[in-house]
Amino acid sequence: MILVWLLVIPLAGGFLAWILARWSDQAARWVSLLAAVADLALAGVLWVQSPSRLEYVGGGAWMAQVDWPWIPAFGIRFHLALDGLSLLMVLLTALLALVSVAASWRGIRERVGFFHLNLMLVVAGILGVFLATDLFLFYFFWELMLVPMYFLIDIWGHGNRHYAAVKFFLFTQASGLLMLLAILGLYFIHGRQTGDYTFDYSRLLCTDLSPTAAMLLMLGFFAAFAVKLPAVPFHTWLPDAHTEAPTAGSVILAGLLLKTGAYGLIRFVVPLFPGAAADFAPVAMAMGVVGILYGAILALSQTDLKRLVAYTSVSHMGFVLLGVFAWNRLALQGSVMQMISHGLSTGALFILVGALQDRLGTRDMGRMGGLWTAMPRLGGVALFFAMASLGLPGLGNFVGEFLVLLGTWQTSVALAAVATGGLVAATIYAVWFMHQVFHGPPREPWKPADLNLREMAIAVVLALALVVLGLYPQPVLDTAGVALGAIEQAAGPLAAAVAGGGP
Amino acid sequence: MNPGDLTALAPLLVTGGAAVVVMLATPLARSHRLIALLALLGLAAGFGSLWLAWPMQARHVTPLLVVDHYALFYMGLVLAAAFIVAMLSFGYMHKRAVKRCEFYILLLAATLGAAVLAASAHFASFFLGLELLSVSLYALVAYQRTSPLGLEAGIKYLVLAGVSSAMLLFGMALVYATAGTMEFEVLARQSGGAAHYGPMMLGGIGLILAGVGFKLSLVPMHLWAPDVYQGAPAPVTAFIATVSKGAVFALLLRYFTSSGFHASETLTGALAAVAIASMAVGNLLALLQENLKRLLAYSSIAHMGYLLVALLASGSLAAAAVTYYLVAYFVTMLGSLGVVTVLSPPDREAEMLTDYRGLAWRRPWTAGVLTAMLLSLAGIPLTAGFVGKFYLLAAGVQSGLWYLVIVLVATSVVGLFFYLRVIVALYRRPEGEEGSPVVRPEGAAAGEPAYRSGRSAPPTREGAILGGLALAGLLVALLALGVYPAPLIRVIEAAVAFLP
Repeated sequence: MILVWLLVIPLAGGFLAWILARWSDQAARWVSLLAAVADLALAGVLWVQSPSRLEYVGGGAWMAQVDWPWIPAFGIRFHLALDGLSLLMVLLTALLALVSVAASWRGIRERVGFFHLNLMLVVAGILGVFLATDLFLFYFFWELMLVPMYFLIDIWGHGNRHYAAVKFFLFTQASGLLMLLAILGLYFIHGRQTGDYTFDYSRLLCTDLSPTAAMLLMLGFFAAFAVKLPAVPFHTWLPDAHTEAPTAGSVILAGLLLKTGAYGLIRFVVPLFPGAAADFAPVAMAMGVVGILYGAILALSQTDLKRLVAYTSVSHMGFVLLGVFAWNRLALQGSVMQMISHGLSTGALFILVGALQDRLGTRDMGRMGGLWTAMPRLGGVALFFAMASLGLPGLGNFVGEFLVLLGTWQTSVALAAVATGGLVAATIYAVWFMHQVFHGPPREPWKPADLNLREMAIAVVLALALVVLGLYPQPVLDTAGVALGAIEQAAGPLAAAVAGGGP
Repeated sequence: MNPGDLTALAPLLVTGGAAVVVMLATPLARSHRLIALLALLGLAAGFGSLWLAWPMQARHVTPLLVVDHYALFYMGLVLAAAFIVAMLSFGYMHKRAVKRCEFYILLLAATLGAAVLAASAHFASFFLGLELLSVSLYALVAYQRTSPLGLEAGIKYLVLAGVSSAMLLFGMALVYATAGTMEFEVLARQSGGAAHYGPMMLGGIGLILAGVGFKLSLVPMHLWAPDVYQGAPAPVTAFIATVSKGAVFALLLRYFTSSGFHASETLTGALAAVAIASMAVGNLLALLQENLKRLLAYSSIAHMGYLLVALLASGSLAAAAVTYYLVAYFVTMLGSLGVVTVLSPPDREAEMLTDYRGLAWRRPWTAGVLTAMLLSLAGIPLTAGFVGKFYLLAAGVQSGLWYLVIVLVATSVVGLFFYLRVIVALYRRPEGEEGSPVVRPEGAAAGEPAYRSGRSAPPTREGAILGGLALAGLLVALLALGVYPAPLIRVIEAAVAFLP
């Protein structure tokens, strides 16, 4: 039941905010903030309670679940369930929801109620994606989060927002429909074999597929997740959407929406189709490495700050793709770590860029420079998150990238070596960003105000989280580890295949 | 004919009776309110009488009609849709300088024709129902005689429907000459499987399908649709898009499944080609439209193509999939064209996309309804269209029609693009974009309102309330079907269980 509350709280908060905004915008903001806090608290309670129930015995033993019939004609059930992996994602979602509400406290002045409704709907949709274990329900949430996200970009976005919003919607919808076909294919194949027509994840896990069917279905799923992740060459929606979205939209996009793609790869693609995934792993890992390098190189050549951060996301998510398809415990834990740290650090960077844009009216790095003197607090915070982004030891991103590379090394030394190049490029763009914006002579006579208390509070929370992740990652690794172990067990053959196939 | 037969026919009798009552009442009391009320009551009574007929066994009433759950379900759908159309029409007609009362007679007659189609088991009743529907529609399409576009649409519809009826009759004659019967069931038994059809039989069925394809506006018989959709009054457009197409599709589904057509590769191949062409042409041409009514016309061409995919699937899911999708399509099309109806000022139709720019900030609820309807047409979750599309894809995948399913997916992404274009227009910020023509709510129309000239009545509150109620009901239905479809699926499964 607690899982339903996780979804209901943001939904109720969003609708309440929408109604209250008729009278007071401030009330709408407070209601969404409270909803986000309540959700975070609930997720926190789940985490604190969890250690006692972490003995996961595979297939069906979840930490918490609800399972109601929904559309019996198809064997569709409203089945939410939580394991360690979902739990971490839920925590990240709740935290970033809170941050997004706080970050749009001043920036959003038009149609405040509708904004918070959409924000809370996206959050609920994303939480649903992380919790659903019925494939139909999963697809339902997967598509559901698109609409409010579309509105967030289209209504409150910047200059070219209509184009960006439509592009985002079309890319994700097209790939999502391919996934729906794959889901249906799996449903009927499983149903014909066993007579048990079901969309239930744990029951579909043991479907016996011919190699061709498995490969085609796997590609259907992979298409949806690769677009969301995004993996090069399916990434072209991302720079546009991130750049045109309002700050909170960018935080949600980078921090959470991309993670749904990674989560889908770990949860569905490999366990459901271990054989096909093993065959496909070299291609996927190569895509990951290409993404790491390509994203980093493009980030280097941007002048628009938001585009720069967007391309660094492409690069960082390449590590996740690499780690997932390396498919050993180290790499998977690294991927999960990278997902969480990237959500925190990139979210923070988008908030800082948004703060700069609010103050200066531009995102053009070419017009900035020497801002440290005017805004020492913003400069300091930006330095911290730029260092996090380049993978400075002691922060969460380092742990993630290090583990991914370590795990990849076991399967493919060459790919691991090439991927390391991404870290070098990351150092260059992070330092370049600091240099262009905060150091050197000022190019325009700006006298912007420094970060205020609210913005500092957001930054400090995110920074603390990254430091904790970097210095003491064990609780997170443990929480993820049990769940990943169970998933690995379900997909056993792949681990052997990939490990055996490596040099 | 025994009392049981009469009970089974109750929905048809009540609807026909309502048409007569309205016709008799019109010369006595030319009150728009009274006539509209009578028509609404008649349709509601017809819908209510379904409960009389539902518990009965499926039965043939004369060789012409078969009343089973399938027929009753589609009658209910048609009657409910006509009820919504009548609700929407009241405010729309009240604003306009036309004779209003005759509209409802025609509406009831057309509905009766559609209901007959749903129950027909014989070429004769098929043709009777179709002509009753078409002849009423000729007049309804050209109801605004002062509008050149309306007249053009009426003539176009008349000529093309005439041609299609001729083809249909010729096809029936060929089939009758070959098989010696006009009853669907006997036809199915006698012909010994569609795989052995001779050229004459195939030609006959091909001509019948061409006639039916015209009604459904399937490519290449779709050319009338955009012009008629645009020229007809908005509520009539809603009627054509839903009741007329839905009833014909119900017949096609019954005919197709009962005669085992899917055994004939010639026919399924031809239908698959038509389906692909409809999906592609409908979605691609809709991209070019700046007129919402034309856009919806092309969209409905595409949706008929989607429905053909499920029809061709002919697995255990197919009939239920077609039926569910039709219900979702009815709700959605009525909703979108209902918004057009409600927004139309007295002197013209609110049909250009520029009319809708920034609507969300002027009339948030109306824009919200239209948004939901468009998202449903695109098949986005929480709406009926999502479950419908899921059903269609499931039926297609079940039968392994991969190439059709892939075309469906690819074209529906194109479809999403033009639905989003409308939504973008709805939510465009109004500031800095002055000078665009703006549709104001009724009563606030810019310039001299038409009713001042004494040719039409002043706008009424009832019209706005009825229209609002209709839209609200459709929105609730849309969301309910999208979130919890299980009850409707149970009813549909009972309804299609009679099909072989």
